[in-house]
Amino acid sequence: MRRTFHQIIFLLTVLMSLAFTSMASAGEVEDIIAEFAAAKSFKKVEAVIDKLSALGDPAAAPALRALSEGKLKFRKSDGLVLIVEDAASGLTLKDPISSAPVEAANATSKDFKKVKVKNSLRRKIAAVLSGMTLQSPSVERRLAAAQTIFETSDASALSTLEAALENEQDDAVRQVFLDARAAAILSSPRSEAEKSSAIQRIANRGDQRALALLSKFQGEFDGKLAAELGQAIGSIKSSLAVWANAQNIWYGMSLGSVLLLAAIGLAITFGVMGVINMAHGEMVMLGAYTTFTVQQFVGIYFPSLLPFALLFALPMAFLVSGCIGLIMERGLIRHLYGRPLETLLATWGVSLILQQTVRTIFGPTNREVSNPDWMSGAFQLGEISITWNRLWILLFAMIVFAALYFIINRTSLGLDMRAVTQNRRMAGAMGIRTSWVDALTFGLGSGIAGIAGVALSQIGNVSPNLGQSYIIDSFLVVVFGGVGNLWGTLVGAMSLGILNKFMEPYAGAVLGKVIILVMIILFIQKRPRGMFALKGRAVDA
Amino acid sequence: MIFIVLVLISALVIPYLNIALPADHALHVQDYLVALAGKFLCYAMLAVSLNLVWGYCGILSLGHGAFFALGGYAMGMYLMRQIGSRGVYGNPTLPDFMVFLNYKELPWFWYGFDQFWFAALMVVLVPGALAFVFGWFAFRSRVSGVYLSIITQAMTYALLLAFFRNDMGFGGNNGLTDFKDILGFNIQTRETRASLFAFSAVFLALFLFTTAYITRSRFGKLLVATRDAESRTRFLGYRPEKVKLFVWTLSAVMAGIAGALYVPQVGIINPGEFAPANSIEIVIWTAVGGRGTIVGPVIGAVLVNGGKSLFTGWFPEYWLFVLGALFVGTTLLLPKGIVGTASDFWQSLRRRRARRGGPQSPSTPASDSVPQPAE
Repeated sequence: MRRTFHQIIFLLTVLMSLAFTSMASAGEVEDIIAEFAAAKSFKKVEAVIDKLSALGDPAAAPALRALSEGKLKFRKSDGLVLIVEDAASGLTLKDPISSAPVEAANATSKDFKKVKVKNSLRRKIAAVLSGMTLQSPSVERRLAAAQTIFETSDASALSTLEAALENEQDDAVRQVFLDARAAAILSSPRSEAEKSSAIQRIANRGDQRALALLSKFQGEFDGKLAAELGQAIGSIKSSLAVWANAQNIWYGMSLGSVLLLAAIGLAITFGVMGVINMAHGEMVMLGAYTTFTVQQFVGIYFPSLLPFALLFALPMAFLVSGCIGLIMERGLIRHLYGRPLETLLATWGVSLILQQTVRTIFGPTNREVSNPDWMSGAFQLGEISITWNRLWILLFAMIVFAALYFIINRTSLGLDMRAVTQNRRMAGAMGIRTSWVDALTFGLGSGIAGIAGVALSQIGNVSPNLGQSYIIDSFLVVVFGGVGNLWGTLVGAMSLGILNKFMEPYAGAVLGKVIILVMIILFIQKRPRGMFALKGRAVDA
Repeated sequence: MIFIVLVLISALVIPYLNIALPADHALHVQDYLVALAGKFLCYAMLAVSLNLVWGYCGILSLGHGAFFALGGYAMGMYLMRQIGSRGVYGNPTLPDFMVFLNYKELPWFWYGFDQFWFAALMVVLVPGALAFVFGWFAFRSRVSGVYLSIITQAMTYALLLAFFRNDMGFGGNNGLTDFKDILGFNIQTRETRASLFAFSAVFLALFLFTTAYITRSRFGKLLVATRDAESRTRFLGYRPEKVKLFVWTLSAVMAGIAGALYVPQVGIINPGEFAPANSIEIVIWTAVGGRGTIVGPVIGAVLVNGGKSLFTGWFPEYWLFVLGALFVGTTLLLPKGIVGTASDFWQSLRRRRARRGGPQSPSTPASDSVPQPAE
């Protein structure tokens, strides 16, 4: 790693010296670096660094970097300055400019003395280095250098920056350079007009960094500039507030999509059969553990397919949870027909058994389900940072929703399900085998919980308690959204998610949740059957 | 009635056997047994209170643990104030956790808890008021069945989250503990513990008596009618929501008292008591014993908790399997619980004997302890 790093530096150094022949020759840099050997105090070291900075030759970069890392040393015997790397295998000596290895037999660390360095010097070195790297051929390096100047608002880098700006061709980089220049101007002794336009420029960025930068100068200016600065900070703050709301909406939608996945299966089983499946959360948990198992399996037998393990896990999770759901329905719930409260208790018992089974097999600790590459990382949209896994889960939730919508509205099973939801006895009289509809609905609902587990394994811990953490929230979604209508679940999940995230900054995560629970309890006063209740004339006993 | 008398006798006998008899006497009851039995009595009270709403009125509460815990917290606050300056920080008014959390003065809702009568009033009032408000909203808008169950679960979940917060002023997740004395008696001595046990037994007998009295009155008939056919009851001109609200509030008060007696005996109250899983466990005690019967819940609570104590001693890993199987097995095979099934069996036996003895009245009315799905 370090080796290649130095090779790159070396390459750059060569390129630099070719590109800017007008600048100091390598010889001059060498002479100045040699002065480190004589610099016995911090002050003298600083003076040498200043000289290198004034020269502005990137050839000095490796030496400065080594100095910052405490690896720049000089030989006691002859004062030769070298980069010394002290590893377990022995000393490696390198030329401070070319980074070429220097042969020295039997050298021990006692032969060398470190060039003195302290933190304030390290900061200085960082600024000087960024000045040198502003003209690096690599775009990333140039951007990083400009970014450093922007953050430190280092006035001493201003001249190098302006020189670099003249040579810069890339327009995007130019913009960053201009920002950095504005930042540097603020702390330089330049004219008020220039500073005022610099404030304007930074205010236009309107992001968190700009705010941090401008806040640093609060109180340093007076008169017109101070007013402008205050105005700029105000405008950044208000635009940031808008972005923060957007970010909250995004977080809320993300939470909502998770709730949707967890609740949608519950909603259809509740709608069709009128029973609450307390083991629904455990179906989610089983889906997550299926994902874990599939990932382990693929990792061992088909390592090349590992990035797509999640795709294999989806049908597996659907099958595993769906089959267990079917078994539950046939073996247990069928016998409790017409006794919804007892069904609730029995399914709670099943959930305890499933939890303990998983705990016995996989152990009580969290299991790690890795994110594939295409689901990790984040990107920036304006001031909103969006993580890929959240985005995928949102998309996935929408796909599941659409698929379920299709099944319910366009297939014969869906037609039967809707008929049974609306009037079970009438549907039975029309020749629909309601008990089969029950079983299939329960299997479908459980299977969807399973694939929800695949998604949830990507954003949280996979533990035997996974299901319990989602179950109450998904009940609330069902109660809030109403049953028998998928849109109710969608709207319920999204509004609860967004509400939750908006409450959090004001009330804290826990109190926010409490307030939402209270709100739902009050809400069902108004609409006891949820937002999208089925209209009917039935009087329940 | 016999059972109530038995409970009352145990209130006298067990403390006597514990205190008066020498430790090597054959009938001596060891201290830990008294503590354990006292705990079970509190659980039994809780199950009796749940039975009143579930067994006789058909309201399946998954949040009765909340009332229990609230009563417990009210008692815990009194016990905390009794510590006085003997706490670790020696602050005469502020409990230790408040000193630790940099409270400057006592929060307003802690005022008055240094008086026992006030705390005792709160034990009754706080769960009662919460249940009244909650029930008034819920029953008025005819929230019933599984919806109501879920909402009660959400209620206890919300309280769980709230009490976990440090700035609620109830000790956060550590709860209230390190109690020193109650009404001037050291809480650790065996005499105090024995009298707490006796009090629990007396209150249990009182609750059983209340349940028996209510269910055998005219009001009790209305209660069962509401359970079995709410709409029909309403059409007959009764107000089921008022019936429900009354038993619901009464039941919450009973749960609160159970909690208040529980806390000094176990010496701690923390937000874990609000956990939804705890509340569901109460339901299974009642179900195992037999809901809709007077003594069933007591038997269920003692059996399940006794089984839990024994089993977690033997195979702590597998208790959840047993508990899960209890839920499934009871609902599937023993819907009337032990007492309900036994009395059914007893009745059919009597009927058969009566038939053998000669032609009698065709059949005694079947026990109506299970809600029939009404049209």
